[in-house]
Amino acid sequence: MITTDILIIGAGPTGLFTVFEAGLLKLKCHLIDALPQPGGQCSEIYPKKPIYDIPAYPEILAGDLTHKLMEQIKQFEPGFTLGERAETINKQNDGTFIVTTNKGTKHHAKIVAIAGGLGSFEPRKPKIDNLTDYENKGVEYIIKEPELYRNKKVVISGGGDSALDWAIFLSNIASEVTLIHRRNEFRGALDSVEKAQELKNLGKINIITPAEVKGILGNDNVTGVAVQKKGEDAFIIDADHFIPLFGLSPKLGPIGNWGLEIEKNAIKVNNALDYQTNIPGIYAIGDVNTYPGKLKLILCGFHEATLMCQSAYKRIFPNKKYVMKYTTVGGVEGFDGTKKEAPKAVVKAIQ
Amino acid sequence: MQDINLKITDRTGVTHDIVAPTDMAMNLMEVVRSYELAEEGTIGICGGMAMCASCQCYIKSDHDLPVMSDDEDAMLAEAFNVEDNSRLGCQIQITPELEGLEVELAPED
Repeated sequence: MITTDILIIGAGPTGLFTVFEAGLLKLKCHLIDALPQPGGQCSEIYPKKPIYDIPAYPEILAGDLTHKLMEQIKQFEPGFTLGERAETINKQNDGTFIVTTNKGTKHHAKIVAIAGGLGSFEPRKPKIDNLTDYENKGVEYIIKEPELYRNKKVVISGGGDSALDWAIFLSNIASEVTLIHRRNEFRGALDSVEKAQELKNLGKINIITPAEVKGILGNDNVTGVAVQKKGEDAFIIDADHFIPLFGLSPKLGPIGNWGLEIEKNAIKVNNALDYQTNIPGIYAIGDVNTYPGKLKLILCGFHEATLMCQSAYKRIFPNKKYVMKYTTVGGVEGFDGTKKEAPKAVVKAIQ
Repeated sequence: MQDINLKITDRTGVTHDIVAPTDMAMNLMEVVRSYELAEEGTIGICGGMAMCASCQCYIKSDHDLPVMSDDEDAMLAEAFNVEDNSRLGCQIQITPELEGLEVELAPED
């Protein structure tokens, strides 16, 4: 069991900055994120895109913002459970919470801060009638263990980077790799596109375009897919695995069933006070929350995180007196023993 | 700057007569959101970067629209429910030339 003061669900910019504000109050944080890396949308969707409304940064790339936040919170030694989705929450008799992920990892925390953005990123599933019948029976949306495909016949569909890159990678492992895309053109790094062309010329990848997978064949497990080229009759390709790679899209997911008040696909919070939800001890900050006048901006998430941490402190230590301190005055004392502070002035006569 | 009139059919099939400003650098996705014609969180998920297809719509009228960028074209190549008249709303700027435009929102992914 992982124990912490504040369990943050979502490691996007708001979740990451929460670690800093909590750290100033000597509260420890642990983050859960369904993605395998921190940064949320900033690292998953648009790492190379500029953001212009982070105060004091006239321009910063979303990926760089993530790196700088990670640097800023380093001394507060946050824990991470990455690649897992927060699934269930149980309030204990003492008012603390146990949050369990889809992989069964348990987290015990005094406070839960949901900084889940638009939700957890889930694979986009193409519209094929019997697709879900074959999930984990030959249909996979994410490649976790390439060895699974050794000497197997694999069909990949999709036209982006991940479809190209996995087709290339698996061409050395699988007995047969077929890449199917609705267009003739692929969108990917130049290297990947050229490599795929080369492998096609060598007969190591079959590329079928413009075409779509229309159905899946098999009894218990996948044995083939029905493929249709535009304007032609469908034909069958033998396959042990079908891997549709159409990117990820965010879904609110299990958090929607935690008994929290939901409005407009977001969690209602008290913005007059501290961004707490209808369940005391559970807060929602950043893009995942809603209140009158809400703006889904990173800079608003930072503000919400700051107020939320002060409230969390009061909840954890109801009888302890505290006033907010400026970092310029108090410095930043890390849990790793480091201390950052303003250089001290000397008082010395000049002869 | 003038306002223009649009007809937008929402995902439940209801057509709305909409007035949209041409002087606020808005795009079609943002107009849909400003009138709340699709539920928040189901449209404009990527914020308008042509990196999701949640604002996909079908163009029903015969307007000359701005040419598709490579990004939009590539995104539509991976989107679902794509038709020949599919566009991403976030890539269509509201300009006076679009007076009378008729669009229908594509189903949610």
